Amino acid sequence: MYKNAEELLAICSEQNKRIWEVALDNEVKLTGMSRERVMQHFSIRLEIMFNSALKALEHRQATKGGLIDGVANCQYEYSKGESITGGYINYVMALAYSCSEVNASMGKICASPTAGSCGIVPAVLLGVMENKRVSREKTLEALITASAVGAIFTKNATVAGADGGCQAECGVAASMAAAAAAYMMGASDDKCLDAAGFAMINVMGLVCDPVAGLVALPCAQRNASGAVNALISADMALAGQVAHIPFDQVVDSMFKVGKMLPPQLKETAMGGIATTPAGQAIFKEIFG
Amino acid sequence: MNISLLDVVGPVMIGPSSSHTAGAAKLAKTARLIYDKPFKKVSFGLGGSFASTYRGHFTDFALVAGALGMSEDDENLGHSFEIANEKGVEFDFYPTEIPSVYENTARITFYGEDGEFFVEGASLGGGRILVTNINGLVCELTATSPTVIVQQQDVKGVVSDVSTILAFNNINIGVMKVSRTSRGDKAFCVIECDDIIPENVIDELRQVNNVLSVVVVNIKGE
Repeated sequence: MYKNAEELLAICSEQNKRIWEVALDNEVKLTGMSRERVMQHFSIRLEIMFNSALKALEHRQATKGGLIDGVANCQYEYSKGESITGGYINYVMALAYSCSEVNASMGKICASPTAGSCGIVPAVLLGVMENKRVSREKTLEALITASAVGAIFTKNATVAGADGGCQAECGVAASMAAAAAAYMMGASDDKCLDAAGFAMINVMGLVCDPVAGLVALPCAQRNASGAVNALISADMALAGQVAHIPFDQVVDSMFKVGKMLPPQLKETAMGGIATTPAGQAIFKEIFG
Repeated sequence: MNISLLDVVGPVMIGPSSSHTAGAAKLAKTARLIYDKPFKKVSFGLGGSFASTYRGHFTDFALVAGALGMSEDDENLGHSFEIANEKGVEFDFYPTEIPSVYENTARITFYGEDGEFFVEGASLGGGRILVTNINGLVCELTATSPTVIVQQQDVKGVVSDVSTILAFNNINIGVMKVSRTSRGDKAFCVIECDDIIPENVIDELRQVNNVLSVVVVNIKGE
């Protein structure tokens, strides 16, 4: 079986299967569940993801500390009118914001790979599915493709902000979503992984600096920008931009960068925007 | 690849944090399954990062919800305080130090008719948990499948009797760990099974010679 992207791609070409199929075979072996059962789990997860991406578009949620109440609705309303990047990009941002808002208000979400970064994969899957009229079946395959990319990061690096900073959460989520978006647009397996690599390279070194220690600021904003990062990274791969650094080496370098980051920049709220005067004032206001 | 895709995209949970909210709920729910008796009051001792950051992540709501038997994806999790009040269950929180290599730890004490009973454990991140102490019995329990914990006198044949009972009742053993404090003293085995363990099997296990206690955690995996 495989432990990294290189070995995964080798199995794909050997067995003439797509990434999602090889990953699904592995999952069946690993968990002892039937294929149908695993697919059922993914289908439920996709539904929960979509629900959380849509829930706050029109209905403002009450979040702890109130820092991100209404962020999804704000971007959603704006997406309907004139904007720089257009309605589609702004809508995808709104979807990602929605997941973050739902998460921060004790709503139901699906961690992907974490709760703090739970908006990126759903926003990209739903945005591309609707905008490019992709079938639900293919979207489900894209979700499995994204999970396979996430598993490579989990195994060979980290997906915890406390270990690797935000690059390990929103960075990995964008990387997963980029592979999924590329797959939905008909990219080959190696192009899907190129897209995943581009997305991680775009935000390598991103720090985790939650204001007042809450999963809100800047997390919601980084979910919105992470979703857009995934889309443009998929477009880079689809355009045929050359990935000079193999995906496994990108994963490895992300892990090393995460180790180099000081603890102040890894979820402890002791650095970054968390310790700005404004950030500290917010902390005081919420916790006294 | 030994990482499950369903762990990468998952858990399905109530936000905002897989370690501080989902893990806390799961730990308390597991403690509740282990205790499995009515109680009037439950106390939560919080260690490590749980103690310093629990308010921002609703760890307190999650713990109370879990103690009431709610799962980490129960949308009523945020109303657990009210639900506890309605049920007449008292709860409190206090900072404590729990010796552990893990960052997020809790000691959950139930006050029932027959006295106090505690469960200690940790949230490992990503919604995964580890129970490390059951009312004085040191163990390592991940609560991902139905588990039997048998405490026994360290004499020949007990482990064999226990596994025979499980086999006769068509319960397949996944992982079994046997350990003891010292030779001939107390020993215990943690048996992770593939199937739910019915009440009559638990009774049978309790009647085995030299078995001191049997705790069953009938938690279902995915």
